[in-house]
Amino acid sequence: MSILGNRVVRLEDPRFLTVGGTYVDDVPLDGALFVTYVRSTMAHAVISSIDTAEARVAPGVVAIFTAADVDLAPRPPAIPMLNMAMTRPWLSTDRVRFVGEPVAAVVSETRAAGVDAAELVFVDYEPLPAIVDPESAEQSEVLLFPDVGTNIAMDIGAMMGFSPAPDFFDGCDVVVRQRIVNNRVAPCPMEVRAAAAVWGPDGRLTQWASTQNPNALRDSLAEAYGLEPSQVRVIAPDVGGGFGAKTGLSTEEHLLPWIAKRVDRPVRFVETRTESMLTMGHGRGQTQFVELGGTRDGKVLAWRNVVLQDAGAYPGMGGFLSFMTRLMASGVYVIPKVEFGGKTVVTNTTPTTAYRGAGRPEAAAAIERAMDLFAVEIGMDPAEVRRANLIQKDQFPYATAMGATYDSGDYEQALDLLLDAAGYRALRDEQARRRAEGGTRQLGLGLAVYVEITSPVPGPEFGGVEVTADGKAVVRAGTFSHGQGHATAFAMIVADRLGIALEDIEFVQGDTDLIPTGQGTMGSRSLQTAGVAVAQASTQVADKAREVAANLLEAAPDDVVLDTASGNFHVAGSPTVTRSWSEVAAAAHADGDGLRVDIDFTPEGASFPFGAHLAVVEVDVETGRVELTRFVAVDDSGRILNPLITEGQRHGGIAQGVAQALMEEVRYDEDGNPVTANLADYAMISAAELPSFELVPMETPTPLNELGAKGIGESGTIGATPAVQNAVVDALSHLGVRHVDMPLTAERVWQAIQSAGEKA
Amino acid sequence: MKVSIAVNGEQQQHDVEPRVLLVHHLRETLGLTGTNVGCDTSSCGACTVLLDGESVKSCTVLAVQADGRSVTTIEGIGSAAAMHPVQAAFQEHHGLQCGFCTPGMVMAALSLLEEHPKPTEAEVREGLEGNLCRCTGYHNIVAAVMAAGGSKATA
Amino acid sequence: MIPAAFDYVRAGSADEAVSLLAQHGDDAKLLAGGHSLLPLMKLRLATPGVLVDVGRVAELSYVRDAGDEIAVGALTRHRDVEVSDALRADCGILSHVAGMVGDPQVRHRGTIGGSIAHGDPASDLPAVVLALGGTLVAQGPSGQREIAASDFFRGFLETALAPDELLTEIRVPKLAGGWSYQKFNRRAQDWAIVGAAAARVNGGTNVALVNMAATPVRATSVEQALAGGASVADAAASADEGTEPSADLNASADYRRHLARVLVRRALDEVG
Repeated sequence: MSILGNRVVRLEDPRFLTVGGTYVDDVPLDGALFVTYVRSTMAHAVISSIDTAEARVAPGVVAIFTAADVDLAPRPPAIPMLNMAMTRPWLSTDRVRFVGEPVAAVVSETRAAGVDAAELVFVDYEPLPAIVDPESAEQSEVLLFPDVGTNIAMDIGAMMGFSPAPDFFDGCDVVVRQRIVNNRVAPCPMEVRAAAAVWGPDGRLTQWASTQNPNALRDSLAEAYGLEPSQVRVIAPDVGGGFGAKTGLSTEEHLLPWIAKRVDRPVRFVETRTESMLTMGHGRGQTQFVELGGTRDGKVLAWRNVVLQDAGAYPGMGGFLSFMTRLMASGVYVIPKVEFGGKTVVTNTTPTTAYRGAGRPEAAAAIERAMDLFAVEIGMDPAEVRRANLIQKDQFPYATAMGATYDSGDYEQALDLLLDAAGYRALRDEQARRRAEGGTRQLGLGLAVYVEITSPVPGPEFGGVEVTADGKAVVRAGTFSHGQGHATAFAMIVADRLGIALEDIEFVQGDTDLIPTGQGTMGSRSLQTAGVAVAQASTQVADKAREVAANLLEAAPDDVVLDTASGNFHVAGSPTVTRSWSEVAAAAHADGDGLRVDIDFTPEGASFPFGAHLAVVEVDVETGRVELTRFVAVDDSGRILNPLITEGQRHGGIAQGVAQALMEEVRYDEDGNPVTANLADYAMISAAELPSFELVPMETPTPLNELGAKGIGESGTIGATPAVQNAVVDALSHLGVRHVDMPLTAERVWQAIQSAGEKA
Repeated sequence: MKVSIAVNGEQQQHDVEPRVLLVHHLRETLGLTGTNVGCDTSSCGACTVLLDGESVKSCTVLAVQADGRSVTTIEGIGSAAAMHPVQAAFQEHHGLQCGFCTPGMVMAALSLLEEHPKPTEAEVREGLEGNLCRCTGYHNIVAAVMAAGGSKATA
Repeated sequence: MIPAAFDYVRAGSADEAVSLLAQHGDDAKLLAGGHSLLPLMKLRLATPGVLVDVGRVAELSYVRDAGDEIAVGALTRHRDVEVSDALRADCGILSHVAGMVGDPQVRHRGTIGGSIAHGDPASDLPAVVLALGGTLVAQGPSGQREIAASDFFRGFLETALAPDELLTEIRVPKLAGGWSYQKFNRRAQDWAIVGAAAARVNGGTNVALVNMAATPVRATSVEQALAGGASVADAAASADEGTEPSADLNASADYRRHLARVLVRRALDEVG
């Protein structure tokens, strides 16, 4: 029986549980100095002077650098769709554009000396008016990049030919319209960013980094420092979470090799949480203007979403993500007419970046909120409105108006499974009962049916399998597990294909000298790319091994069978005469070039997981306080390799989705000063605010790969956020509330009840 | 100033600057890097250790305050070959992903179970209010702690 | 994350703490559990030159029966207050609320005296002691003095304690009637956005509010209305009278006023 599909506990856990992981800050580096950045305290200002004299002579200080010292060219945005003239300096030159931007670098013998000396660097600023609200950015006379002449970093509408059709809503009985804020949130991996740079005597650079994509970081460092990629080694040790925010190429980390060369010592940088909240990058940050039209019997005919994406001060990944929002604009529905427009603007805030879901949660939030607005308007149950418009299971592969091709699915079954598991009818009855009683705690039910795209970036991924001379296996991958359990998942694939015990399989990742290529882990891509490469490499290793075994067994290779239950080779029909893996591997290594196969697997295309989520909330209508009492989720990510791991991914995503809906928001005051720059002020959700989740299994394999697997990393955030938001609005709909923007804090909910009461 | 702390059962004497936080003393002087730093506002609990058997945030204790006391870190409760029942429950219930919050979470759980030997789900959730995790959504952490305490998780 | 450098001295007794304070003057700060002070020092929002550590003054960690009152040593940790049988039996509100301060790790280190001497209007315990009409005992160079809780909280993070004084004891009345504490916060570990403490004390009902002014405050108009025979609902409607709530990240002033009215009503309903 195959091990695949079983709840295998993680092989990597005992180390984490008994001595802890080895993160960048834990790596011993002889003689390493600390780098502490002096950061802008102003959101928008001209730098008139920087005085480092006092800091230079402070105890333990080795060097201090400012922009005047740095001879590296400013970097344009990493994504060419963005305005490439909006370049970012390595350290601030003449002006600062957000609070937290690095202005100077202090290099010191100890961490404490760096913090002490950074306080002695005096920067004189001439304040400029700051743009905080993205809706004012386009028209504002204040420009972040005066030479560029605009605050628009990308015009997705113009690029994609958006032109609102005047007859767009013809034939619609009803059109609902809403401005929706998809709130800016902080990714908050528990490990902040950290990196170290060491130059070898041979001129080779070794960079330790807390990253999701070591090979991309290697290539980027090579480019920045004029080296061949082979002259750079990136080592990512254990990484304490990323959620998309460790895919970018951070300025602070990129400058370390330059500093290390100048001081001729290894250097290390570990940001504080406060620094991280200011500079790691924020997710979401969209303002959406949605319009949905349809008939009174529940058919949706036209859907338009115009999105203003906040890029923050320097456009990067976050500024581009409205492309993903566009691709997934119409969700799980058959909609005859779809339009998507919008722009990306720069503001004097922390640059935005990828965050779990990265553009797709924003798409789902928009259409799922609009479906509820439509349902209330026509007086139909939100579940039935959704059902009436779902893409049917016989319509796959399904090509959408925005250019996606959904591979496989059965959305109606997901919805039915959900409603059944939740006891939806009984909950509606309970809701009616509470409304009739008119008590303080009202019940709300929120639905979201979603589809998302995983592994969206095309191209190959690396996976390799080697059976060593002792009959054990090494599995290598170009993805990068930072909590996702690849050491276990990929070992399971090898064990399944080769019959080698899990404990005899070593997992290697995160060292570019050992892993030649790889895209890293993001976009829920790892199993369906590297996992498939590992599966294919395993099969080919087994083929090679059968040839060796054939020699040992004096049979034809085609007659040799690998019994994966026992891990032995035998001739078909003669199961008693066997050769073990160690015998075969020893022979292969003695007589030939061993048993190693490396594969670069290129998927046919992206895959489209889907599901349906239901949130049940109780709202205290006197205070506005929301309690999430139940959360039920159907998530179909294709064939499941290890339910324990996929459930963990779903749990984590759901919690983050709930957090965005209920609690978390990065906020600035009107001058652009951050007011949520630590974990005391930023309401990162804890165990006490969440229930246990009720997960319903569903598996619809994708035809795109031999594992039948889609991605699961981001489903939770995509479904949960609109489900919770819809639930809160649903709890209040009888009071006349139609929409409340996230996060649904007690005060915001209370205000919405007050305003609805005044209108009524 | 000279401090003497029994760390994981071993008496450790060092000269420390008064401003050195216990977490930095453990990590940098004693090389016990299992205890992590996740924030700078005493909010996240990644640095949780036991001080005289009770959970504390070692980022909010000066090393000099721990003088003469005993400290237990994640390195001191079990080994990969012989895990403590709480450690084993975290593995069994997949109560960790990236592992960064895990040492603090385990130490907080030990203290919680000392005070609530058979905790309800609500007691576990409230008892872990000072420990943040971004990966697990807490679901499996709660299940692991309840299982370690001999209670049955509700979900 | 790293405090600025400071000198550290350790007091073995209350007397020694007082003399060390006198010796080091304005530059010195008392360190008890450290859970108010160290977080500020790590962000360098506080940079004392000298810390006088009173954490080992065992003589100030106790819960004692004192006739009509219960006396709690200032260095009694929140956890010890929470599980004190004497308090649970005769002043349940104090042990209950001590169990709601911060999170378990904070409660294993933080002390009742540290929390009250810090005088944060957003803290739970100062408002409870105020509602109870408690007494604070301070020791200074010239001996001990008693300060009524109603005279203790003077301004934002400002108390009646002189710089050379040490808070040594908190006395609260034994309760015969009901009590309630309503804490309204974002996350379990967060400070109260607003809180309301209510208790039957000496035949009357006392009410105090958390985070409704620069100090914890008594809701005197509510107390007077109740004394005059008003219904709970009518009395609670004036809960925000005389308060000056701030607006911040977590709430507007108006919302705080609204919460005060709702929470006081709920507290009074629970007190019965």
